[in-house]
Amino acid sequence: MTCDESDILLHALIDGELDAGHAREVENHIATCARCAAALRTYRDMKAAIAAEDMRFTAPAHLRQRIEAAMPQPRGTSRRSLLAGFAMGSAVSAMAATGIVAIVLRTDDEQRLASEIVSAHLRSLQAGHLTDVLSTDQHTVKPWFNGRLDVSPPVIDLTALGFTLIGGRLDYIDGRAIGAVVYKRRAHVINLFVAQTPNATHSPARTEDVQGFNIRRWRDHGLNFWAVSDLNADELAEFSDKFEKAMQANGNG
Amino acid sequence: MPGQRPAARAHPAANTTMLFGSPGDDQTKARRFRDAALPYLDDVYTVARYLLRDPADAEDAVQECYLRALKHFDTYRGPAIKPWLLAILRNVCHAEFTRRARSAATAIDDLPESGEATAPLWQETEDTPETQALQKRDANSIQRMIAALPEPFHETFVLREIQNLSYREIAEIVDAPVGTVMSRLARARAMLRSAWLAEEEPSR
Repeated sequence: MTCDESDILLHALIDGELDAGHAREVENHIATCARCAAALRTYRDMKAAIAAEDMRFTAPAHLRQRIEAAMPQPRGTSRRSLLAGFAMGSAVSAMAATGIVAIVLRTDDEQRLASEIVSAHLRSLQAGHLTDVLSTDQHTVKPWFNGRLDVSPPVIDLTALGFTLIGGRLDYIDGRAIGAVVYKRRAHVINLFVAQTPNATHSPARTEDVQGFNIRRWRDHGLNFWAVSDLNADELAEFSDKFEKAMQANGNG
Repeated sequence: MPGQRPAARAHPAANTTMLFGSPGDDQTKARRFRDAALPYLDDVYTVARYLLRDPADAEDAVQECYLRALKHFDTYRGPAIKPWLLAILRNVCHAEFTRRARSAATAIDDLPESGEATAPLWQETEDTPETQALQKRDANSIQRMIAALPEPFHETFVLREIQNLSYREIAEIVDAPVGTVMSRLARARAMLRSAWLAEEEPSR
C-alpha cells in the first residue's frame, strides 16, 4: 500500500468502516511508515478531542412548536399533563414553586401516551439504537444521564434478581427528552421510562396491555415510571416489584 | 417504514372532530410522521446550524424540511428516517445557498459541484510537522474551524463527526459514491488538522 492510499483509508480505519482485510493492509503500512503512523495518531486525537466536546445544538422550543402547529391536528381537546401522571389542580403552581419542568403533553388521553411509549419501545428495538450508554454498571449508566435530562432517573442493577441492566438511552416521548433505562430478561428487552412529576404521592403499579405489549406504570418519589416489554404480565410485575423494593432499599436510588 | 410502527389505530377519542374537514387519514399520517420524525429534530437542527451557519436560517430550513418530509411521507420507504430527513434538509439548505449566492456577492457557501474546485484556505499537511501534538480545544473554537471548511468537505465532515453517520448513509444523503465520501472526509480532516495546528502556533 502506498502513502496516498493510506491517506484515504486510514480515515476509514479510524471510523471502523474497513473490512478486516483492508484494515490489516492499512495497519501493515502504518507499521512501516512513520509519516502515516503519525498522521493516524493525530487524526485519532482530533476525533477524540471533538468527541469530548458537546458539538451539537438543541432545537429551540418555539421551533418545535412551529413545526407541530403546522401539522394537521385533532381539535377540541384540552391540554392535560399526561406524563405528569395523575397530577391535578395544583400541579401548575407546584411546578412553578419547585422549578420543576414537568413534561406536559398536548394530547387527548392516556391511551395516546401509552401508544407513544410502545412506539418508543419499538423504535429502540428496531432502529439499532437500544442504548446510548451501554453498560451493566449502574454507576456508569446513572452519571451518563446527568446534564442530559432535568432529572436523572434512578438506575438500579437488578442482575442478581434476574433482570440484567443493559444501559441507558435518551428517548423522546411526544418530542420531549425522557430517560430510558434498559433491562433484559432472557431475550426480552424492558424499557423503563422515567419522568419527573410534581405529584409526590405514591401510586401503586398497574399493568395494561397496549398493542400486544405490557406497560406497567407506577409513581414513586415524585417520578412516574413506565416499564414496557413484550414480557408476560407476571414477570413484568415481578420486575416492577423488585425495582420498587430495591429503590426503597437504596434510599431513592 | 412498514413494520416499524404499530398499525395506525382508530382515534380513541370519539368526540374528536376533524380539522378543516380533512380525512382521518391525514391525521393518522401526521401522527405517524410526528412519532417517526420529531425525535430527530435536534439532529436535523444541528446539521442545519452547521450547514447554514445562521440560527434563524437554520430554523426556517428545519421547518421547511419537516413540511416537505410530511408531504412526502407517503412515499417514504426507509431504510432509516434520519438519513432521509437529512437528505431533505440538505436540499433545502442548497436552495438557500443558491438564494444567497444570487442575492449577495459574498457567496462563501457554494453548491458542491463548484465547491469541489474551491482552493484550500490553508496550506495542506505537507508543511506540518507530523509529530506535533494536538492541543485540546473547546467546542466553540472547534465549531469555528469546522465552519471554515469549504463545501462539500464541510457537510461530509459534519455528517460523519457530528452526526456519526456511516459512510453509506452519508453517501445516500449527499447522493455521491462511498468512495467520494471517503476522499472528501480525508480532505476535510486534513484541512481541519492544519487549521487546528496552525491556530496553536502563537501559543507555542
